Amino acid sequence: MPAPFSGQGLTPILQDPALAAHPPLLYAGYVGFSMAYAFALAALTGKEDGQDWARRMRPWILAAWVFLTLGIALGSYWAYYELGWGGFWFWDPVENASLMPWLAGTALLHSALVAEKRDTLKRWTLLLAIITFALSLSGTFLVRSGVLTSVHAFANDPERGLFILAILGLFTLAGFLLYGLRLPHLAADRPFQPVSREGLLLVNNIFLATATVTVFIGTIYPLILDALGMGKISVGAPYFNAVFAPLTVPFALLLPLGPLANWREGSMRPLQNKLALAAGAAALVTCGIMLTRGAASLMVVALFAAALWLFFGAAIDMAQRLAPYRARLHKFWSLPASAFTAPLAHGGLAVMLLGILAATQWREEAVVAASPGQQIEIAGVALRYDGLREVDGPNYTAEQARLTYMSGPHQGAHLYPERRFYEAERSQTTEAAITTDLIGHLYAVVGEASGDKRVLRIWYHPYVALIWLGAVLMALGGSFALATRLRRQM
Amino acid sequence: MARLLILFVLMLTPAQALDPGEALADAALETRARALSQELRCMVCQNQSIDDSDAPLAKDLRQFVRARLLAGDSDAAIRAAVVERYGEFALFRPPVAPHTLALWAMPLLILLFGVVMAWRLVGKSARQNTSTPLQ
Repeated sequence: MPAPFSGQGLTPILQDPALAAHPPLLYAGYVGFSMAYAFALAALTGKEDGQDWARRMRPWILAAWVFLTLGIALGSYWAYYELGWGGFWFWDPVENASLMPWLAGTALLHSALVAEKRDTLKRWTLLLAIITFALSLSGTFLVRSGVLTSVHAFANDPERGLFILAILGLFTLAGFLLYGLRLPHLAADRPFQPVSREGLLLVNNIFLATATVTVFIGTIYPLILDALGMGKISVGAPYFNAVFAPLTVPFALLLPLGPLANWREGSMRPLQNKLALAAGAAALVTCGIMLTRGAASLMVVALFAAALWLFFGAAIDMAQRLAPYRARLHKFWSLPASAFTAPLAHGGLAVMLLGILAATQWREEAVVAASPGQQIEIAGVALRYDGLREVDGPNYTAEQARLTYMSGPHQGAHLYPERRFYEAERSQTTEAAITTDLIGHLYAVVGEASGDKRVLRIWYHPYVALIWLGAVLMALGGSFALATRLRRQM
Repeated sequence: MARLLILFVLMLTPAQALDPGEALADAALETRARALSQELRCMVCQNQSIDDSDAPLAKDLRQFVRARLLAGDSDAAIRAAVVERYGEFALFRPPVAPHTLALWAMPLLILLFGVVMAWRLVGKSARQNTSTPLQ
């Protein structure tokens, strides 16, 4: 067979700067968790049953978690602007593969804190460290072996899959075996009070573990059923949304209490007034939203309220931590980094939840076959379709449409959505044109010809940027925690 | 090879949702149509719902769903009709049945298991507290 004149080239939708950073970030996250695994195994093989391993493990977990958070967020943002309609999470197996170690890693982050500070939950933390790394490995296996069909599976190879499976099996089995053998010799967990920081962190772990198992079972259930010959089923977004929504509400409601409670013996009583303030603020904003926008269901109302409560709870937490430094708030760099760890991470989660809710509930969509000169109304603005022209890129040709804002703050501005054809790869991509209004996006895509007209798809995604802003805040919170830790060690 | 190439191209075709004129005039029916479409798998795509896919088959199914809605069918009846054509594989939200019981029950069971384990740990603390105060 003669060598082809030109190769297949890189899949066009992957020819994007964000995709240069996305895989290394994820990788740093996965690999970082191998350190947690290593410390867990070292702790299990060692004779000493102290807390030292937890203290040493934490910075590695934090670093891995920050990378994984950013990696997943970047992947989500890429999918949002590149796949052509503004979806940001599909509950696709490949996404789930990265979400599982993230969820388990988040649980580990918190349980290792309890192990370090209070010398309890150690057996659980060790198990969690093994599980988190096993999930990182199984993510690689699921994504790269070709056992799954996914919109994101770009390089599959069953032979390599077998190799990854062998690695996965080795590390997982070795970890669990050692854990099982050593478990009887490990000191029993020191009991503690339910209303205390460790008690609430344990609750957090229960929810995160449930979430991890949900994603795991939802991802592999169809494979198992198929392997057992019990039929082919699909588990997709509607399943995960149905399970995650009722889990998120109690999780977010309990979450702000953890950082506010004391270690050992907690009482929420001293914080009663402030918590009431947060609850009142959350209730007020929720009512405001419902009155102006309405709500699709009771669950949506509950989710909004829980996310807002989480947000105000994080604000109170930050205020509490900064209270002793009230006199020098203007000297930002002299403030302790620890004042920004949990509040930023938890506030970030609240911001992300609010972004997800707003963007999914209030999205507007216009799909029209337009002739040049035609106007399209969406989200209170009018856009005029001006026509189409051919554009040549470095390795593609494109049809580029032009849209003009006829009203609103962007009046006179243009949007240039493209439809690109990559000759070498024989495929096409859509390049959405996005106008950012602070945190909402107008998202325009040019589609195929429809007679002598052209299909235009325009969306308004309100507050959608909050999703990734929330992820960045979470990563920032993790970075502050890492900074505090490293400074203390030096 | 040709099949592989077709698969490859299908896989890379960006998602694009509805075509012009597909949406129903009745807003309530259209809302139901969208919700149903998001639950139905595009059979020739890589893990996309018919709502997200621009494959011709997905469009056919979207039109089928809307036609049945206009005819007054219930959501359940439409789902059943799709399953009859393509099997349960076409549903992104599997029905609760004996073979999917573990799928639906597992999250709740894990949550309960966690609560019970935590309860035991905390209960132990309460018992110990009466005899010897914690540190």
